[in-house]
Amino acid sequence: MADADTQREAVLTAIDRVADRLEEERSYLTELDSAIGDADHGSNLSRGFRAAADEVENSEDDVDEIVKTIGVTLISKVGGASGPLYGGSIMSASQELDDGLTAETSIAFGEAYLEKVLDRGDARVGAKTMVDALTPAVHTYKKSIEVDDLPPLTALAKAVEAAEAGVAFTVPLRAEKGRASFLGWRSVGHQDPGATSTLFIMEELLATAEQYLEGETDVDAAAPTEPDVDPDEVDGGEE
Amino acid sequence: MIGLVVVSHSQKAAEGICEIAAQMGGDAPIEPAGGDDGEIGTDVTAIKDAIKSVDDGDGVVVLVDLGSAVMNAELAIEMGDTDAVIADAPVLEGALNAAVEATNPSATIDSVVEKAEDARDYHKVN
Repeated sequence: MADADTQREAVLTAIDRVADRLEEERSYLTELDSAIGDADHGSNLSRGFRAAADEVENSEDDVDEIVKTIGVTLISKVGGASGPLYGGSIMSASQELDDGLTAETSIAFGEAYLEKVLDRGDARVGAKTMVDALTPAVHTYKKSIEVDDLPPLTALAKAVEAAEAGVAFTVPLRAEKGRASFLGWRSVGHQDPGATSTLFIMEELLATAEQYLEGETDVDAAAPTEPDVDPDEVDGGEE
Repeated sequence: MIGLVVVSHSQKAAEGICEIAAQMGGDAPIEPAGGDDGEIGTDVTAIKDAIKSVDDGDGVVVLVDLGSAVMNAELAIEMGDTDAVIADAPVLEGALNAAVEATNPSATIDSVVEKAEDARDYHKVN
């Protein structure tokens, strides 16, 4: 994707959009988290991502350094489990971007982020966590580019669709991780806040990509989603 | 001497657990890292600072309560340069055991972790 200056601008636009979106969704995320958690997800995330956006606002760094700074700021500002899960994973995955933002490095970033979340949270698909949105999104993105040969913008649109399905999938599940797991069966029927905020973040990444990858035709984005491995995985997790 | 850090979502709980543990393991350096800016939560920076403050070079064992305490402690250890290990133990009983073992002249990180983890098997009512 374009030159280093444009990449930097895109990353700064993305973090600003994410911060704005999480601010807008603060009450909604808090509402979801009051049902099955400690009611701090909305305020923690909006505060942390705004602080991260402010921290890098006028940065002249390369994208990997900017993304790393975003992660480090989130770690110190978000609090709760979201600090290490979002911030720690962004910080760790940022090293995949040392060659800048390309289709290849963005896949590596997504995979590294997912791997860190799985490792840190000790979660799996079906445990009613952000992993349920993140896993299908990362798999779909990778498959769309590497197997279906689709352009990154289209792949990202499909990844967002997959994340949406993942968020819906969390509703009927019993929580196995986090504060919600203490509620046992009472967690069933509620949408997971972490999966939801993960979807919001991805939607803003997509909106940013649409802005910066305009040259790519988005005709493909309207094409039907091809069957892939995720529905099987979703079925498997439900057992 | 092995240092100890008690991480809890509550500042009061972390401090109280340190008090109880210090009563038995008086000489062991033990530091609470509780709460997040005065609220219920855990704070990676506070944990990192606490680990550093009790490290005299022999290493540190960290006791934790729930979920994010574990993750933030892991992250604090990764971000710092102290040889520190999280004990997979109940926070209060583990801290007490660890404090007693830490005062043993031949204590190592492994022996302190092992004693802390012995507390997993404690029964309170038979």
